[in-house]
Amino acid sequence: MSTLAALAATTDNPVADFGDTPWWLSLVKALLVFVFLLINTLLVIWFERRVIGRMQQRPGPNRAGPFGLLQTLADGVKLALKEDIVPKAADKIMFWAAPAIAGAMAFVSFAIIPMGGTVWMFGHKTPLQLTDTPIATLLVLAVAGVGVYGIVLAGWSSGSTYPLLGGLRSSAQVISYEIAMGLALVAVFLYAGSMSTSQIVFAQNDLWYIVPAFFSFVVYVITMVGETNRLPFDLAEGEGELTGGFHTEYSSLKFAMFFLGEYVNMFTVSALATTLFLGGPAAPPGIAAIGDGMLNGGWWGLLWFVVKLWLFMFFFVWLRGSLPRVRYDQFMRLGWKVLIPTTLVWVVMVAFIRAAELGFLGDSKVSLLGRDFPRATLFIIACIALAVLVAAWFYDNHQVKRRAELEEARAMDEEIDPFAGGHPVPPLPGQRLVEPPLALSAARPAPVTDSGSEENRG
Amino acid sequence: MTVGGAESALFWIAGPLAVAGALALLFARKAVHAAVGMATAMIVLGIFYIAQQAEFLGVIQIFVYSGAVMMLFLFVIMLIGVDSSDSLVETIRGQRWAGLLLAAGLAAITIAGIGKAAFGTPRGLAEANKDGNVSGAARLIFGDYVWAFEATSALLITAALGAMLLAHRERLTPKATQADWSRERIRSGENVAGLPAPGVYARHNAVDTPALLPDGSPAELSISRVLRARGQVGTTGALTQVTQEIEHEVGDESDEQATTRKDDDA
Repeated sequence: MSTLAALAATTDNPVADFGDTPWWLSLVKALLVFVFLLINTLLVIWFERRVIGRMQQRPGPNRAGPFGLLQTLADGVKLALKEDIVPKAADKIMFWAAPAIAGAMAFVSFAIIPMGGTVWMFGHKTPLQLTDTPIATLLVLAVAGVGVYGIVLAGWSSGSTYPLLGGLRSSAQVISYEIAMGLALVAVFLYAGSMSTSQIVFAQNDLWYIVPAFFSFVVYVITMVGETNRLPFDLAEGEGELTGGFHTEYSSLKFAMFFLGEYVNMFTVSALATTLFLGGPAAPPGIAAIGDGMLNGGWWGLLWFVVKLWLFMFFFVWLRGSLPRVRYDQFMRLGWKVLIPTTLVWVVMVAFIRAAELGFLGDSKVSLLGRDFPRATLFIIACIALAVLVAAWFYDNHQVKRRAELEEARAMDEEIDPFAGGHPVPPLPGQRLVEPPLALSAARPAPVTDSGSEENRG
Repeated sequence: MTVGGAESALFWIAGPLAVAGALALLFARKAVHAAVGMATAMIVLGIFYIAQQAEFLGVIQIFVYSGAVMMLFLFVIMLIGVDSSDSLVETIRGQRWAGLLLAAGLAAITIAGIGKAAFGTPRGLAEANKDGNVSGAARLIFGDYVWAFEATSALLITAALGAMLLAHRERLTPKATQADWSRERIRSGENVAGLPAPGVYARHNAVDTPALLPDGSPAELSISRVLRARGQVGTTGALTQVTQEIEHEVGDESDEQATTRKDDDA
């Protein structure tokens, strides 16, 4: 009990020291964070269109300004000048409040993200972070939970079918993926012994949590895409099914608020991933060693933070450029039946590893590769590896048996000749296609003998 | 006891907001407005907890109550469409009086209980948050009150399981998948490519307007049976007439139409 108390007392509260930060400096920092997010949003929309353009072998927007950089600004002005339409059947108060909630809530979470080390700012020594509390990471989840109200109310207040369905889908999606996300974060909390972001960054001095909590990282990345309603999980606005989803009836600045909120949310979840798994503003391992850490900390932290943040943004764009939208029931099955149970098992495993590291399961140590590992940790990792192997073995056996059964069922089917009637006919249920051996050789390009026929084809 | 300037400013801004939310819950006409009012009150309460340095409690209050519980309420209200007129119907006789009596009894017990409560000397926030706010709350939940906490959670899980059991219906046959339906269509040889889509016309399209078959008659199968049962099926006559008029103007009509029109004119 006494070791636990000592541990808690040292890691529960934030490391960041806000003692020398007067209230007006906090206000300045809040303004800077706001401007940072706005400029980044302007840039990322341009970036997304250009990168997707490259992926689809076309130039993308390249007319307004150098490299088309001002395209987003022009689009924004155009959007603001459009007619603001309110449907007749809309619930006026909620129709107005929904985009305000969605837009405002997107900005709140960024307050707890450490964007750099401690710096001198207007004669005060202050961390490059707006604020930090012992529950900073939970605050992000809570704010996301309130932000969903914007989407749900937008869907309901539009007074139309597609927005309602889109809103319900979206909120069901965000709520169910928030559970898996929260569970994935638990592993990080266990390792860091804290939920304060500055404390988590501090605890990653030695090793970024992407290594010991690799599974949490994978789950977090999947859930952050689900949480921000981005492709391949943008079911709330699936054009083929729901026209525009929850924002179908919105136009002009109200629509712009949703648009802005979506992109700022992307930045928030990416920033959280950077903070929790990639060491936040810490320099990458090789660079951190240069000149006794001269490129690590202070204003340099902002550079590393932004680089890591934009790596995630590129990942978002890459996903959008390469993956099709998933079906809604498959998406929910992934969340509830795969991500949540596996993450629960993972959290229990991490709890055991952590307990062994802290010496709750015995104190003897083994020296390995120049580092000391508690014997209990190695024993638990060996147990987990064994369990995974056994599970994989059973799964493999099951698969082999199922494949054999399928083969058997196929063998029962009646064989038909698809060319029996003179032209190819697909097999009916219960029938099996016999590919004529000639078809394969016929499919191979024949050696060209007559050059005249080739010319005719072109 | 003194309250700092920032905290009293927060109180005088957020306090009225919470009261307004609570009043909206009582007096709002629409059920959704009442639900949103309640969510507002809960969120502001969470902010007050945070302001009083119970950060963990405050964030969990927002996260769990307004983020999850109220959201489920909102879901149900939106899907079922509860109206304020529904709640005025008394389904069980004397229900209202019994309810009032029970509420008064509960209030009496609660007031009596609270009135008798004796407060010890306050220990102060510094001591309560000595090991950090989260660790302090964890020690209370998993240390001093572990049995009460576990018993409550067992009760909640039992309630959730009970609700699931009541709402559960055993499926007698396996659910037909998309592939099963497609196989069934091919076996029966009817509508092999699925049912026809509803009407899409030159200047108009809607789910309530049937598609036209090659001979010009409406395809009844293209309309959802729900719309047909409600009697909300649109007619095609007006639409085809408009289309034919346009075709006539641009001189793009078939010979047959042209002759019938000439007959009409004559």
